[in-house]
Amino acid sequence: MTSLTSEHTMRTGVATKLKSHGGLIALGLILVFNIIVTPNFLHTQTLAVNISQVATIAIVAMGMTLVIATGGIDLSVGAVMALSGALAPLIFMSEFGQAYPVLGLIGALFFPLVAALLCGLFNGVIVAVLRVQPIIATLILFISGRGIAQVLTNGNLQTFSYPEFSYLGTGKILGFPFQGWLALAIACFLFWVVNRTVFGRYLLAIGGNERAAKLAGGPVRRVKIGAYVICSILSGLAGLIVVAINSASDAARNGNLMELDAIAAAVVGGALLQGGKAPIFGAILGAVIIQLVKYTLLANGVEDEVALIAKAAIILAAVYIQQARKE
Amino acid sequence: MLDQNAFDMRKYISRNPQSVAVWIALFVLIVFGLLRYDNFGSAYNITSFLNYNAMFIAISVGMCFVILTGGIDLSVGSVAAFTSVIAAYLSPYGIEVALPLAVLSGVGFGLFNAVCIVFGRIPPFIATLATMLGAKGGSLVISGAQTISVDWGSNFTQLGMEKAMGIVPWTIVLVGILVVCLWVVLEMTSLGRTILAVGGGEDASVMMGLKVNRAKIFAYALSGGCAGLAGVFLASGFGAGQPLEGVGWELSAIASVVVGGTLLTGGLGSIPATVAGALLLGLVFNILNFENGKGWISFSAYWQMVIRGAFLFAVILFQTRVMNRQSGVEFAK
Repeated sequence: MTSLTSEHTMRTGVATKLKSHGGLIALGLILVFNIIVTPNFLHTQTLAVNISQVATIAIVAMGMTLVIATGGIDLSVGAVMALSGALAPLIFMSEFGQAYPVLGLIGALFFPLVAALLCGLFNGVIVAVLRVQPIIATLILFISGRGIAQVLTNGNLQTFSYPEFSYLGTGKILGFPFQGWLALAIACFLFWVVNRTVFGRYLLAIGGNERAAKLAGGPVRRVKIGAYVICSILSGLAGLIVVAINSASDAARNGNLMELDAIAAAVVGGALLQGGKAPIFGAILGAVIIQLVKYTLLANGVEDEVALIAKAAIILAAVYIQQARKE
Repeated sequence: MLDQNAFDMRKYISRNPQSVAVWIALFVLIVFGLLRYDNFGSAYNITSFLNYNAMFIAISVGMCFVILTGGIDLSVGSVAAFTSVIAAYLSPYGIEVALPLAVLSGVGFGLFNAVCIVFGRIPPFIATLATMLGAKGGSLVISGAQTISVDWGSNFTQLGMEKAMGIVPWTIVLVGILVVCLWVVLEMTSLGRTILAVGGGEDASVMMGLKVNRAKIFAYALSGGCAGLAGVFLASGFGAGQPLEGVGWELSAIASVVVGGTLLTGGLGSIPATVAGALLLGLVFNILNFENGKGWISFSAYWQMVIRGAFLFAVILFQTRVMNRQSGVEFAK
C-alpha cells in the first residue's frame, strides 16, 4: 500500500516536473540534437545569427504575453511592424531628414513608435471601452494596418544605406547582436513591471478574474489599454529592427505572419490563453525554441515547408500539455 | 423542429437586429454603384463579380457555423490552398472525381480540428492555427512549392469558367445550393438548433442533454469542406492549384461573418447575412475598380485593405450600439 502510494506520488511528481519544465526540456533536447547532428553548431557565428533572428520574435512575443495575460490576443502586431517599418525610411529619407541628419534619425526612431503607440491605443480602447472581443478588435488593424503602410510607400520597396539607423539591426556589443541585448533589457524591465508594480499586479488579476478585479476597484480599462499599447510599441520596435537588418523596408513582407510566431512563442513559453499568467522569460524561451527548430530543420537541409508543419506540431503539443496541467 | 415563420421579415429583423446593418450597407452600396457607373449593373460585371466571390462566400458560410458554436477556424485559407493543389492533381479524371475528393480532403482537415478541439480540449484558436500551418506546409510539400497546372483537356475547368445554360456561372449554382442547404440546416433542423444552443451556452447545452460534441464536429468538418470547395473553385477558375494562395482568407471570412452580424461569442447569427457580408466586402473592391476607371481619383489596390478595415470598424461600432441597447444579450464579454 505504502509503496503504491509513494510510487504514485513519484510518478505524478515526474509528470508535473515534465509539464512545468516542458519548455526547458524541449530546449535541452533540441540543443543536444544540434550539437550531435548539425555541423558547426557550436560556433559563435551560429549563435550570433540565431540571436539576431530570434530578437524580433522575442520582443513581439513579450508584448503578446502581456496582452494574453489579460485574456486577450493581438493579431495586429505584424501590421504594426509593417507600418512603423515603412514610416522610418520615409522620415530619414525625406528632405528634412537629409538636411538635418541627427533630427532625422531621432524622428525616424520616435515617430514610428508613436504611430505604433496610437495603434495600441486604438486596439486597447476598442477592447476595453467598447468591449469588443480582442480577436475582432485587432482584426481591424490586422487588415488595414498593412494597407496603410503600403499606401504610404505606394507599395514600393524602400532601400537605403544609413549605417547609423542600421545599427539597430546589425550593430554588435561584446560580439553579440545589438537587438539581442535590447531584447534582454526589455525582458528585465517587463519582468520587473509584471512582478513588482501595481500595473503588473492588476494585469495578472484581470486575466485571472476580470470581474473580481473590477469589483476590487482595479483600473481594469487602463491596465488593459496599457497592455495593448506596450504590445504595439514593442511590435513597432521590432518592425524598425527588421528594416534595419535588411537596410530596406518592404511593407508587404515586414512582420508577415509575425502574429502567429509571437502567439506560438508566448504559448510555448507558458502563457495561458485564458489569461492570468505573464511569463516574460517564458516568451523568450518560446521564441528561442521556435527559432531553433526552424534553424535545425534548415541547417539539416529540411525544406522550409516542413518547418511549418513542425511549428504546428510544437504549438499543439505545448497547448495540449498546458490543458492537461490545468485539469 | 420546423419553424413556420422562418421567412417572416419582421421576425427575422427582431431576431437578428445586428444583421440589419449589413443589408442596409449592401443596398446603399449597390444603389450607389448603379447610379454612378454605367456598366455596374451589366450582366458581365455581375457574373464575374459573383464568380470571383463564390469561393469567399463558401468559406464564409462554413466559418459562420464554426463561429456560431463559439469557436473559430483559422485554417480555411491554407486548407483551400491545399485542396486547390489536390484538385489540380485530380483534374485529369474530371470534375466528378476531383471535386468530391478535394472537398473530402478539406473535410479531413476539419475533422482533425474537431478532434483536437472536442477530444484534445485545445482552444479552437490554437488548434486551427496549428492546422493552418500544417496545411500550408502540406500543400507546399505536395506541390513542391510550385503552382500545379490543371488538365485543360478534361471538363475540370468548366466549373470555374463556364455557365450553366449559358447564364449563371457553375460556381454560383453550387454556392447557391450550398447556402440554401446550410440555411435550412441552421434554421430548421435539430442539428442547427443545437449549434445555436452550443454557442449560446455550452455548459447549459450539455446539461440539457444536447449532442454538443456532434454539433461541434459537424461545424468544423463543414468549415473544412467549404474550404475544400473554395479550393476547387480556385483551381478551376484560375486553371492551377495554388499552394501560396489563401493567405488572409480566414480573416476575410471572419470579417464577412462579423459584418453579417453574427456574434463572435456564438449563439446568434444568420447565413443569408453572412453571404451579404461577404458580398459587401467584395463590393468594396469592385466599386474601387470602377472608381479608378472613372479617372477622377486613383486609388491604389492597397486602399482596398484600408477601406475593408474601416468597414469592419464601422460595423463593429454599429453592432456594439445595437447590442448594448438590447437587454439580455451580452455582446463580447
